[in-house]
Amino acid sequence: MPPSEHVHWWFATGFLVLALCFAARAAVGPEVWDRRPWRRYLFPGLLFGMGLLMFPVMVFFTSSTIHMVAHGVWAETMMLAGGASLGLAAGKLKSPLWNLTIPLGLFAGGVAILVHEQNGWFYSRAAFGHHLIGWIAVVGAIIPLVLVFRPRSIAVGVCFAALLVSISTVLYADRDTAPIFGHLSREAGHPHR
Amino acid sequence: MQISTDLSRSAIRRSGRARFVLSLGPVCALAGVVWALLQPYRITLLHPYGQGFWWLLSEPPIYVVLVGLAFHWLVAPGVVEDLEEAERERRL
Repeated sequence: MPPSEHVHWWFATGFLVLALCFAARAAVGPEVWDRRPWRRYLFPGLLFGMGLLMFPVMVFFTSSTIHMVAHGVWAETMMLAGGASLGLAAGKLKSPLWNLTIPLGLFAGGVAILVHEQNGWFYSRAAFGHHLIGWIAVVGAIIPLVLVFRPRSIAVGVCFAALLVSISTVLYADRDTAPIFGHLSREAGHPHR
Repeated sequence: MQISTDLSRSAIRRSGRARFVLSLGPVCALAGVVWALLQPYRITLLHPYGQGFWWLLSEPPIYVVLVGLAFHWLVAPGVVEDLEEAERERRL
């Protein structure tokens, strides 16, 4: 099995791809982005796939009930947001209010991250990353919420892409056991590198 | 009488939006290269001895470079093409 930090890096890569897609979509507008069918399904499909892949992470990489529940929440909310976006892309769903599943997923995911992190900010780098990413998701959920009602706003679209880049960056910075700003709790164990 | 082609006029003039889309991939790839230079120990392929399979597979700065290049080669050209087509349609 890969170390859990590697799984964080793979999901960081997924968020980076989503960020580039959202940035380009914001710049050219949804009409131009959706001209090619494969591109219409690109980020909903990726989001749905990331949710699906979160289930094996939930099963194989969690060591407590609260960890398992949190990973389950991310899996379900990512699949819900990805599935709703796929439905909209395919024309099966008509109401643009289905886009509310994206801020809902981000908010619920952020709350789950904050709730399942049992240690303080400076316990270790992983703990710091969880607190930071949780607050980025909870506060940042306002951006996709605004995007639901102003889908053609370039500024809001680019802000959402920047939000995804920040989540990706924090995930890339994750280590299983490592200090953060020189702090590492004695209970966290020895740093790997 | 024009006796030579004015290259500055025949060069493709891209809109700001097209330039933004075309810059996303290279900026992302460049960020990966800068990261690799700042933290070379994140690339275990540079010191592979004693590393296991997963550590040799997981190279985050290279992931960032590959994402940038893949976006630039596979996604951006089609987006720019469609954008310019939409702009032409709007002008007609």
